[in-house]
Amino acid sequence: MIHSIGIDLTYLAAAVLFILGLKGMTHPRTAVRGNLMGSVGMLLAIIATLLAGKIFSFWMVLAGMLLGGGIGAFVALRVPMTSMPEMVGLLNGFGGLASLLVAGAEIHRAGVEHAQAIAARSAEWENIPRAVQTSMGADAPIPFGMTSDVALAVAASCLIGAVTFAGSLIAFLKLAEHPVVKQLPRSPQQQLINAVLACVCFLLLLGVTGWPQTETFFWLLAICAGVLGYGLTIGIGGADMPVVIALLNSYSGLAGAATGFVLGNSVLIIAGSLVGASGLILTNIMCRAMNRSLPAVLFGTLGPTADGPKADDVYKSVKSTSADEIAMLLDVATRIVIVPGYGMAVAQAQHAVRDLSRLLQDKGVEVLFGIHPVAGRMPGHMNILLAEADISYDLMKELDDINGSLEQTDVCLVIGANDTVNPDARTNPTSPIAGMPIINADRARTCIVLKRSLSPGFAGIPNPLFAAENCLMFYADGQKGLMEIMAALKSG
Amino acid sequence: MLAALEAWPQLAISMTSHPLIIGITIFVLAVFIGVEVITKIPPTLHTPLMSGSNAISGITIVGALLAAGAEHMSLARWLGFLAVVLASINVVGGFLVTHRMLGMFRRRD
Repeated sequence: MIHSIGIDLTYLAAAVLFILGLKGMTHPRTAVRGNLMGSVGMLLAIIATLLAGKIFSFWMVLAGMLLGGGIGAFVALRVPMTSMPEMVGLLNGFGGLASLLVAGAEIHRAGVEHAQAIAARSAEWENIPRAVQTSMGADAPIPFGMTSDVALAVAASCLIGAVTFAGSLIAFLKLAEHPVVKQLPRSPQQQLINAVLACVCFLLLLGVTGWPQTETFFWLLAICAGVLGYGLTIGIGGADMPVVIALLNSYSGLAGAATGFVLGNSVLIIAGSLVGASGLILTNIMCRAMNRSLPAVLFGTLGPTADGPKADDVYKSVKSTSADEIAMLLDVATRIVIVPGYGMAVAQAQHAVRDLSRLLQDKGVEVLFGIHPVAGRMPGHMNILLAEADISYDLMKELDDINGSLEQTDVCLVIGANDTVNPDARTNPTSPIAGMPIINADRARTCIVLKRSLSPGFAGIPNPLFAAENCLMFYADGQKGLMEIMAALKSG
Repeated sequence: MLAALEAWPQLAISMTSHPLIIGITIFVLAVFIGVEVITKIPPTLHTPLMSGSNAISGITIVGALLAAGAEHMSLARWLGFLAVVLASINVVGGFLVTHRMLGMFRRRD
């Protein structure tokens, strides 16, 4: 009794550490400690489970932990910062699959135990005449060792886990830009197929709940939900990835919480719901920053509008510039805002950005970074790239912070961003991105856009910023262009 | 007041008799804590938040350990073993990569 109370209290301590750990994430100064607290919480939960006296194959369990931990450590220490979106995507999927397998193991165990109980009874009554057997209730069914509420949790764990796993795998392949993605089948009627799959999943969910002794329902649900997860993510485009990654993050937590209901273990429920809430909040932030609703991301596509302005008309008065001219502008500036976009990540230009910003800071120029919430492929993507390049986090400003001071900015340098600085969102109510919050790069005294070409961003629409009076285009690869600017600055 | 006191024993009994209700209660309250804490996290840290919370969702390792350590050898144990491997990747990989990222967030004075 005391032993089991001790185990439960240790689980509680783990849950508290998870909450404190997340709380530590509210500031870069305390975040490292917060992450450590979370990992100590996890260690406590694992030790408590090992000591609970329910582990009968210690070596097998240890081998699994060492194998998984080794792979995890290897990948975590090797992965470059630019690959972080796909790393997070993949980890989401593993969490989902683990939850599914735990639920599968639980329903299989219940089935095996049920079969054993039936076999034991018939063995026990073997020598007793049949008539006596019947009169003593031998034909009465032995109750299945899983109540329907637990079976529902098993089914939920299976459904969410499978959707998370398959969805994350597709998200991983898309983020890693694996060529296989283009060959994967997708249907123009994908939404209809998804709706049918969702209905089938719901029926199978009821099947697992009502007849948990029929294990086939469980595995059918796993397959069907996996196909649904595939269908939901296969049509989603690159710029919508931050939403999808955040949503899958949420699902992986909810799958864990469902497993908590299966096992009747509150630390799983608490940890799972914390992660579920976290993912949902991020999803919401991302959707708002893109001015899109969650259903629109999941079920719709964003295409150019038919009556929108033609690119040729918009780009009639585009002015291009050279590295020397930019160097002259930067030389006389006192305040510069750099706005990075996905193009910076693609060009891996964050170190060149750092060098340029240091060079300017040494000249006494104030350099700030304006970061749009959906710049890049995942929430906070630009921030980790800049942090990797050793740029101080207090120079990275949120959208609202930076917009307040862009009028007083001499030069706004846009690197590989497009839709997130498109003033159409503010001024043109018929634009597909109308109402989307943007960084007001056009309001700086001079705006310089470093971009390889005038090709449209994800929204597929022309950007009037590029043709604005105060805007100069510098066509170059991010890294090379920045190098040229720095060379011009140093020689000038 | 008196009525509340009288209702207390029944409340206690009802709480012990419905594990599902206790579970749902914990779930809802934890979601509220999650929302309160996470809305205060700055966008700068959203990527580490995702990888860190991802590691926390690896708590499913508790269930995996119990399944892999089951008393009798069956398919269930192997499913559990696979779950242990995956959840361990999630936990160790998640916390380590978060640690690595957070180490880069420095302030230059």
